[in-house]
Amino acid sequence: MSTPMVSTPMVRMRGVDKHFGDLHVLRSIDLDVAPREVVVVIGPSGSGKSTLCRTINRLEPIDAGEIRVDGEPLPEEGPQLAQLRADVGMVFQSFNLFGHLSVLDNVMLAPLKVRRVAKATARAEAMTLLERVGIADKADRFPAQLSGGQQQRAAIARSLAMHPKLMLFDEPTSALDPEMVNEVLEVMTSLAADGMTMVVVTHEMGFARRAADRVVFMDAGQIVEEAPPAEFFDATRSERARSFLSNVLAH
Amino acid sequence: MTAVIENLDPLLRALGTTALILVVSAAGSLVLGVLVTVARVSPIPVLRGAAWAYVQVFVNIPLLALLLLAVFALPDAGLLMPLLTTVIVVLVVYEAAYVAEAVRSGINTVAPGQVEAARALGLRLSQTLRYVVVPQAVRAVVQPLGNVMIALLMNTALAATVGVVELTSAVNKVNLVEAQPIPIFTAAGLTYMALALAIGLGAGRIEKKVAIHR
Ligand SMILES: Nc1ncnc2c1ncn2[C@@H]1O[C@H](COP(=O)(O)OP(=O)(O)OP(=O)(O)O)[C@@H](O)[C@H]1O
Ligand SMILES: [Mg+2]
Repeated sequence: MSTPMVSTPMVRMRGVDKHFGDLHVLRSIDLDVAPREVVVVIGPSGSGKSTLCRTINRLEPIDAGEIRVDGEPLPEEGPQLAQLRADVGMVFQSFNLFGHLSVLDNVMLAPLKVRRVAKATARAEAMTLLERVGIADKADRFPAQLSGGQQQRAAIARSLAMHPKLMLFDEPTSALDPEMVNEVLEVMTSLAADGMTMVVVTHEMGFARRAADRVVFMDAGQIVEEAPPAEFFDATRSERARSFLSNVLAH
Repeated sequence: MTAVIENLDPLLRALGTTALILVVSAAGSLVLGVLVTVARVSPIPVLRGAAWAYVQVFVNIPLLALLLLAVFALPDAGLLMPLLTTVIVVLVVYEAAYVAEAVRSGINTVAPGQVEAARALGLRLSQTLRYVVVPQAVRAVVQPLGNVMIALLMNTALAATVGVVELTSAVNKVNLVEAQPIPIFTAAGLTYMALALAIGLGAGRIEKKVAIHR
């Protein structure tokens, strides 16, 4: 009774290494993400942020080390891995909505085919989610008929429809016109406030300050520094992070 | 023109043979070509290699050489088939390589991000192909496939060289008797043109049907 419950981390990476040919993109990465935690990953271009994010649902296989999601080691490519991916949402820089399906059908596809939810249920839930991200009126449109911000919100709704226990975001606002960045960040902020576990690769320092529990700074395939946002931004320890931040903030 | 009208009966029968070769070879090569493409994008290296070799071989051998080889060599090898069947089999095997190329180029028009999004949602490979890749590849594939089918139509005329009495062969025979090459061959040419046009229009209609709204 007196022993405190130690919860399993949602993500646990230990000694993760990854190469692309001769390029050493991830160098013995150790990273834990607790349930309900929001971790923002920042770092210069080419530092391995996207690769790190994509190893968590094994879109990129790793060379060495171990990754566990909710206590389970990532399975090999196959039905079991598909099952795990169904529980891990992913939002891409380029939205990647299915071009031949309406927004509503985009959101319904995986619940119907992967979860085998009844059609009426899937539709009702999809509409609720589209309302939540503010594009219920676009349900019957095709992706190409939407603005970038609307497409990205649709993509978030598509991920949420699977009731993920973890959401991965790889630069979700980098492809957007500046005036659309906020509508997407607002949706993400509200997700974070609702207790979603999130790993977010982004250059939006405002979002990191506001919504992150922890900021992870990467450079050259390594995690150089990690700290709560206030500490990271106001008392940056490493020289590399300081020079990165001064570069970013100069723009 | 009288030469054509007086010989309408054998000419129409020959046209029927051409149509038969066309339809059966078209169906066969579409099925075989899609199978070759599936092998080509499959995760199994041996299948991928075999499919690649298949396409390379048949795209690089002239159809006439293949046809003569089949007609003379297969019986030698103990495989006896009616001439018409041999011609159809050769056309199926040959055109399937072009179908496979057309389908593969269609699949390549589907952005890799589409597949990634599908996998990230937990769709299995077969579901990813069925619900995401194929529906989008189809629209890019219809027109090229129509062109393969038009080429197939023209290639049916090669059956004449090995003694099958299809349209070209029949026209030739009529001309030997009537000696009116201009009206006779013009009529034949117009017939091929009409068939090709029909295939092209059909492809256009199908393409419109599968088009993605943008
Ligand atoms: N599929 C791949 N094949 C080969 N090299 C790759 C591949 N994907 C990424 N790389 C390389 O690996 C390195 C890390 O890439 P990654 O995309 O993870 O960086 P990043 O931190 O996300 O950069 P950015 O901020 O530009 O998105 C880069 O040098 C990149 O060129
Ligand atoms: Mg990146």
